[in-house]
Amino acid sequence: MFAQDLNTVLPEVALAVYAMAALMAGVFGLVNSRVVLWTTAAVLATFGAWIGVSPGGETTAFADSFVNDGFARFAKVVLLWGAAAMLLISDEYLERNSLLNYEYPVLVALSVVGMMVMVSAHDLMVLYLGLELQSLALYVIAAYRRDSVRSTEAGLKYFVLGALSSGMLLYGASLTYGTAGTTNLAGIGAIVSAGDISVGLLFGLVFLCAGLAFKVSAAPFHMWTPDVYEGAPTPVTGFFATAPKMAAAGLFARVLFDGFAGAVADWQQILAFLSLASMLLGSVAAIGQSNIKRLMAYSSIGHMGYALMGLAAGTEAGVGAMLLYMAIYVTMNVGVFAFILNMTRDGTGVTDIAALGLYSRVDPARALCLAVLMFSLAGLPPLVGFWAKFVVFQAAVDAGLVWLAVIGVVASVIGAFYYLRIVYLMYFGEPVDALDGTMPPLHWAALGVSAAAMVLGVVNLFGVDAMAAAAAATLVN
Amino acid sequence: MATIILFAPLVGALICGFGHRFIGEKAATMTATALLFLSALLSWVVFLGHDGDQVATVELFRWIESGSMSAYWAVRLDTLTAVMLVVITTVSALVHLYSVGYMAHDENWKKGESYCPRFFAYLSFFTFAMLMLVTADNLVQMFFGWEGVGVASYLLIGFYYRKPSANNAAMKAFIVNRVGDFGFALGIFALFYLTDSIQFDVIFGAAPDLAATSLSFLWMQVNAAELIAVLLFIGAMGKSAQLFLHTWLPDAMEGPTPVSALIHAATMVTAGVFLVVRMSPLFEYAPGALTMVTVIGASTAFFAATVGLVQNDIKRVIAYSTCSQLGYMFAAAGVGFYQAAMFHLFTHAAFKALLFLGAGSVITAMHHEQDMRNYGGLKDKVPLTFWTMIIGTLAITGVGIPFSYDLVGVPIGLAGFVSKDAIIEGVYAGNSVYAFGLLLIAALFTSFYSWRLIFMTFYGEPRGDMHAHEHAHESPRVMTVPLVVLAVGAVLLGTVYYKPFVGSSAEKFFGPSVYNYTGAEASDHAAAPAADTGADPAADSAADSAAEPEAPAVARDQADAPAADAHAAGDGAAAADLSRLDEREFVLHAYHGVPEWVKLAPFVAMLLGLGTAYLFYIARPELPGRLAAANPGLYRFLLNKWYFDELYDVLFVRPARAIGRFLWKQGDGATIDGGINGLAMGVVPFFTRVAARVQSGYVFHYAFAMFIGLAALLTWILLRAFS
Repeated sequence: MFAQDLNTVLPEVALAVYAMAALMAGVFGLVNSRVVLWTTAAVLATFGAWIGVSPGGETTAFADSFVNDGFARFAKVVLLWGAAAMLLISDEYLERNSLLNYEYPVLVALSVVGMMVMVSAHDLMVLYLGLELQSLALYVIAAYRRDSVRSTEAGLKYFVLGALSSGMLLYGASLTYGTAGTTNLAGIGAIVSAGDISVGLLFGLVFLCAGLAFKVSAAPFHMWTPDVYEGAPTPVTGFFATAPKMAAAGLFARVLFDGFAGAVADWQQILAFLSLASMLLGSVAAIGQSNIKRLMAYSSIGHMGYALMGLAAGTEAGVGAMLLYMAIYVTMNVGVFAFILNMTRDGTGVTDIAALGLYSRVDPARALCLAVLMFSLAGLPPLVGFWAKFVVFQAAVDAGLVWLAVIGVVASVIGAFYYLRIVYLMYFGEPVDALDGTMPPLHWAALGVSAAAMVLGVVNLFGVDAMAAAAAATLVN
Repeated sequence: MATIILFAPLVGALICGFGHRFIGEKAATMTATALLFLSALLSWVVFLGHDGDQVATVELFRWIESGSMSAYWAVRLDTLTAVMLVVITTVSALVHLYSVGYMAHDENWKKGESYCPRFFAYLSFFTFAMLMLVTADNLVQMFFGWEGVGVASYLLIGFYYRKPSANNAAMKAFIVNRVGDFGFALGIFALFYLTDSIQFDVIFGAAPDLAATSLSFLWMQVNAAELIAVLLFIGAMGKSAQLFLHTWLPDAMEGPTPVSALIHAATMVTAGVFLVVRMSPLFEYAPGALTMVTVIGASTAFFAATVGLVQNDIKRVIAYSTCSQLGYMFAAAGVGFYQAAMFHLFTHAAFKALLFLGAGSVITAMHHEQDMRNYGGLKDKVPLTFWTMIIGTLAITGVGIPFSYDLVGVPIGLAGFVSKDAIIEGVYAGNSVYAFGLLLIAALFTSFYSWRLIFMTFYGEPRGDMHAHEHAHESPRVMTVPLVVLAVGAVLLGTVYYKPFVGSSAEKFFGPSVYNYTGAEASDHAAAPAADTGADPAADSAADSAAEPEAPAVARDQADAPAADAHAAGDGAAAADLSRLDEREFVLHAYHGVPEWVKLAPFVAMLLGLGTAYLFYIARPELPGRLAAANPGLYRFLLNKWYFDELYDVLFVRPARAIGRFLWKQGDGATIDGGINGLAMGVVPFFTRVAARVQSGYVFHYAFAMFIGLAALLTWILLRAFS
């Protein structure tokens, strides 16, 4: 019995053990920090591949409080590979800013363990466990640049607001438990489906949603995002924008579909509201930004709005659309941050987008890759980013949320402005002191592969859409 | 073979239009011309070898499959098509040849500019589209050709695109045609709606049903057959420049003269006539529409002839003449005399192309001077052009030997004599007094303005720029050869093709390609053998009434084999229509039996016109000026073409412009652009600033926002739960 349970949580346990071992190795000076970082990235990537090829089927562990199904595996692969990729391209920056310590990869690995627990959580307590494990690690790496006021401020803000959101989440969990009498998601689901959903349960649902919305940085629970993205070291920002988003969105779907599948009509309203607010805010507020990291913060708020639209549909197709959207979004962000990490002039990082003026003359290839990614983020056909939005809109329309899809289209038109402005600056802007600095081959690979995927993926999306649909089917049944 | 005829011009157009850079201009234009001659040769082979009863349809490939609608690219080869094939390809080939000379040195283009291949490519493309139109076996393909010739016409009228007047004329032609095409398209839609098909055979088969169907159109209930026939005729009116939709044709003379000869005289403008004749099995069930065809046709013939009297631009005179002659064709079709309409189309193509090309020759000789007031005395400068144009004029005015048919069994005279007189007599036999009167007067006017053109151009003293007159010289051989060929046609076509078109073998010649009354006639033969000779109209009507009880069923049988059984019993409406058919069914034969004075009348009208023209422009040249001075109102009325352009300007153009300006300034500029710009430059930045303000950096603000959001969600959910 216990052996079976262990088998189910083996990846999480193994990664946690690795993280602690790496910590030991680092503390005792057995290996240098760079090796820890590379090894961690390799381990994460390997775990992703391992989970990806591990056999299907659904197994539960520890009295049904932890589940390993197709949905969890899809989410884990995306977040593991996203984390690995972001780790791989962070070493230059860290070294440049004297931040290349072994703690960083260890913290990333620990937060990834938390994320994996999150998407597999099948019980409110396990859910909270995973969430806090992830969050605590993230609070620390947000403030990782201790000598920078902005970085520490970012970490502190994130921590305070995160604690607040955790409070909301816990309050919601308590209400739910108090009303349903169980913390098990399946148990809650059974009670919700059984009929009349009580006010207590509704309150619990709203509080849970609010707490989770904070994690996916959906408006109006997004306020921390721009400040943290801007203040945190760039690799951390990139990391924030990829793996945790996938984990939080997965957790959101898990709670809604496992715990509250019988109350779709109730939470559909909440999700639609969150989605609407995020899409519009992400589009409108980003226009005023001149700092590319802040801009990407609003961009991620907007994109989470689109992903949540898939959830708001409340259908299997919607969940599949959300998973596909997240996979594509993570891929695009890896490429964009590979570019941002290499925006330097005379050895210091630059984050002002005005610095991209006529960048196409400085480095045409890099500019082209970023342009492709920006077009894709804006959702211009026929790039992959367009198909991501398309499937989400389709799911929403099929679920009768035509108005939401229409607003989504409008928001994406407004949002196109700031993506295209970057392209405009690179190709037609005012010439400025050019950015310099060469790009390490690995970064080039991340940028190039990401951009190429946006173009080549239009053929069949590399089959990811089918995988996402299959994963969604295991969650919604 | 039909495929070669059809696609040779397209190949020519492509080679000429796109390939001239590789093979050179000369080779390109020659290729296009040679391919057209090949096409013309094969057309004659088809035409001469064609057997009237045979209707061959070659399906080339599938075009549209959508629901129950299916359309093929097909070549439907029956007599109508065969006739149109020779007309189109022959005139087109001659015009191509003529253009080699005419377009060789064009002062509208700067030195070194390449325009010849473009011109030839357009001409060839036009020919292809026109062939597509006439070989169609369904309405959609026909519509494709219809629009194709419209495009070609637009391109060629606006060929001198640096001239604003040419551009305006091209647009006018296109837009006025759009009105007609709208009707045509509606007609096709209605047919598809009612018969679920666009195939001619199916539509014709369903014609009796349509006549018994009523359809709600706009605010009224109308007979489906009538409605469809009228809509189709509106299309025909646009393309054939009939009254109310005629205004584009005179302006279309802005195009190079060969274009006028090919498109605006011989072929494209006759597409409307072709359409009516092609759809004759349908029109026969729409007596009201046929009456409209006759009235519009006759009115156009009269109207255009009156305007032609006073025009001074040589090409415009011929343009109005064309308009007028098309009116004749429609008048004939309207009384059910489709054969005569086709016959006149056939002969008209020859002599009108001849007149246009002759005019082109004169214009070249006079260094692109088109005003006849600056001509005069050109007889000896351009003798060949003069003689061929004389032949053309004799043909159009209808010179021949009256009563020769009664004497020798074949009418002897030039082409126009035979075909036009047949129409006038047929209209009389068809009991349309209105049309008969107008056509007769129009014949007089035709004679007058045609001779006026000749006298003003070739006789008298040279007027205008003496320099031009001194340098006037005959056109090169490539231009005169087509003139001669067409002149031969203008002389012979009428007499030679009288018998197959409107004579004794007409039914056999046309076979099932136009509606005829063979079935009804067969029963008639049994009842009264005398009917066949057609000598006595009274006997005809007697035979008609005798055959009345059984004729309808037989006639329907003939027209509509598949549907006949279902309707053998007949219903009131159809029977009423058919009784009308009986009344008119012998126009083809009865026109021989019209009184003597009717047969003589057109000839007399012609002589009168000739005499008046002689008096006005040779004997007493001061007379026209005095006449104009005496009737200034009438003169201005005619000179200004009955003020149609001015009327349309007030009624349609200015309101359309006003609406356009309003929609542009208010609708597009203020509302759409203003709205979008306002949104993009006003509203969105406002919210951006708001968002930036809210993002204050204070943690308690952020927490506050979270609580506001939470409270809002809670309230909403609670309200939902308790409502």
